[in-house]
Amino acid sequence: MEKNKADNYRYLAVSVIIVLASLLIALLLGAFLFLIAGANPFEAYGVMLTQPLDGLFGITEMLVRAAPLMLVGLGIAIAFRSGILNIGGEGQIMLGVIFGTAVGLALPEMPKIVLVPVIFLSAFIGGGIWAGIAGWMRAYLNVNEILSTVMLNYIAIQVYLYLLRGPLIDPKEVSYGTGVPQSAPLPEAAWLTRFIRGFRLHSGLVIAIVLAVIVFLFLWKTTVGYRMRAVGAEPKAATYSGMNVKRNLVLAMVLSGGFAGMAGAVEVLGVHHRALESISAGYGFSGIVVALFGGLHPLGIIPASAVFGLLIVGSDMMQRAVEVPASIILAIQGLIILAIVSSNIFLRNPKLRDRLFKLLGGGKEAKIDPEGGRA
Amino acid sequence: MILEIIIGVIISGIPLSASLLFASLGEMFSQRSGVFNLGTEGIMMLSAFVGFYVVYIIGSPVLGILAAMAIGGLMGMLMALVSVTFKAQQGISGIGLYMFGWGVSGTLFRVYVGGVTNIDGIGKVAIPVLMDIPVIGQILFNQNPMVYLAYLLVPVSGYVLFRTSWGLKVRAVGTTPQAADTLGVSVERIRYQCVTLGGMMSGLAGAYLSIGQAQMFADNLTAGRGFIAVALVYFGRWKPVGIMWGALLFSMAHALQRSIQVYGIDFPYEIAVATPYVLVILVLALTYKGRSLGPLALGKPYNREFRG
Repeated sequence: MEKNKADNYRYLAVSVIIVLASLLIALLLGAFLFLIAGANPFEAYGVMLTQPLDGLFGITEMLVRAAPLMLVGLGIAIAFRSGILNIGGEGQIMLGVIFGTAVGLALPEMPKIVLVPVIFLSAFIGGGIWAGIAGWMRAYLNVNEILSTVMLNYIAIQVYLYLLRGPLIDPKEVSYGTGVPQSAPLPEAAWLTRFIRGFRLHSGLVIAIVLAVIVFLFLWKTTVGYRMRAVGAEPKAATYSGMNVKRNLVLAMVLSGGFAGMAGAVEVLGVHHRALESISAGYGFSGIVVALFGGLHPLGIIPASAVFGLLIVGSDMMQRAVEVPASIILAIQGLIILAIVSSNIFLRNPKLRDRLFKLLGGGKEAKIDPEGGRA
Repeated sequence: MILEIIIGVIISGIPLSASLLFASLGEMFSQRSGVFNLGTEGIMMLSAFVGFYVVYIIGSPVLGILAAMAIGGLMGMLMALVSVTFKAQQGISGIGLYMFGWGVSGTLFRVYVGGVTNIDGIGKVAIPVLMDIPVIGQILFNQNPMVYLAYLLVPVSGYVLFRTSWGLKVRAVGTTPQAADTLGVSVERIRYQCVTLGGMMSGLAGAYLSIGQAQMFADNLTAGRGFIAVALVYFGRWKPVGIMWGALLFSMAHALQRSIQVYGIDFPYEIAVATPYVLVILVLALTYKGRSLGPLALGKPYNREFRG
């Protein structure tokens, strides 16, 4: 038994090494992009990876980005683990913002202890419904969920803009004639606590970490969570053992979208205190990278969201320092996805996996830890 | 008035269908060989930029189209490397390719061009005499040459897929890769060829958008057309003619949405913009029964060492 445990740690180490190597390869390929964009890659990466850590501003901003990334990443991990892909984080965030903001504005006199949970719950419902549409269509109509979630993203953007320019617009924007598409500010009771005066770091990060632990307990320590993972890992076996695969797919998608919706609530309550036109900053897509980088495991997603918070803040700083648009981080994240999914061949191919495993001094019988192995 | 709108929708809808048709026919080859390439949108974005940039610098639309096809082919090869050689999960790989193409095109556009700039691309070419036929002349004989090319590719793709030995291999590899492998057909090589071809055709789609249709480039110019093209392959049941009807349906919906704005009909602008995407979802939901007609090995990496 003892030996098996040590082996499990070795397999975890193999997964971590492979993911880090993928990151390195993606950054190396990204260096060519910097060259094409006419910048010195060493200088650019130097700024991107170190400047945010140099001072309280960078560190707090990194953690401000980490909170929504963590929530979206958790949702995506729940879906991926359950065998359904959720690419619709962006749209689900927007639905979360709509629901959360509308409820927050409708309840101006509520005490904080009630208002914040109610807004989070509404945002969860908003994102959950939006993702649930795709989940239901996949389960009962066999509609490819990647295509449907992508289409729902495009629809959500338009619905969001329509509401912000019309029904949800700040009455002041109308009476002053400025017409900026944003909602009225939420009551102060709904704002998340900021930890340090003058910095935006807020309690949304704590909420996200607590939820990460809850997701871990849910997926690995409860029957419902076990069923969802079983359906994701072996749908046929799960069917034969009497599990309702379809219902689990819908449930996974609703939970997944709900988490993305809560990421929207965190942005509204923690950062902007109202709904804005460009609220998401691509978190729906970055969350996919965070989930993969974190090995689709809640406890891996916590550090992964900090890493990508760093990259996003760093790319803004890089833009000012070497004048390459921060949008290059989107391309680098794409490369990271490609590198990580490619590296999975080392985990799935028994020969390659065992060779790596033996390099780390593992035992002879190759038993793979189901937790660590399926990154 | 109604008739006027209908004719207007048809006239402006046909040019819109060309980019969908190029990309979707390319994706058809990819899927027929068993690879689900969701990166089409990213390929279209980057090749639209590259095509635009070549015209912007050199002024030659033909070179622009060729450059766009070359970059599309390269991105197709990248997708093949990830999904065929490394046997990665194809759905997520496609999203990686999408983000890559989006990020690179947006970044390079901002670095090398900066803002909206018009180029002299390829415009409409009217066929003399025939274009003077009332209504039909405007619809059929006054189009961009790339639109004619797109419709020419419908029978050509059908011929290649169903009447050539290469097409037979493609279909075999996508349906029963093991049997094809046993007969000495290299599954990997055919898949590489198809995904690269699909990439080149997505490149053509991107080039048409920037060089032909818009004659400029903007971030997110493709606006989801790459994803719609993938959906059209399902809609068209992996057949060129079906795909063509799908491309026409969606571009007419698009044109109708635009004419609603033009004719000043009181309808929220944003909801009108969203209708083509709603239509995609509805169509996907209504055509679910046809799933079994698709390539059986679609989305499954082939590994000759494992069975099943």
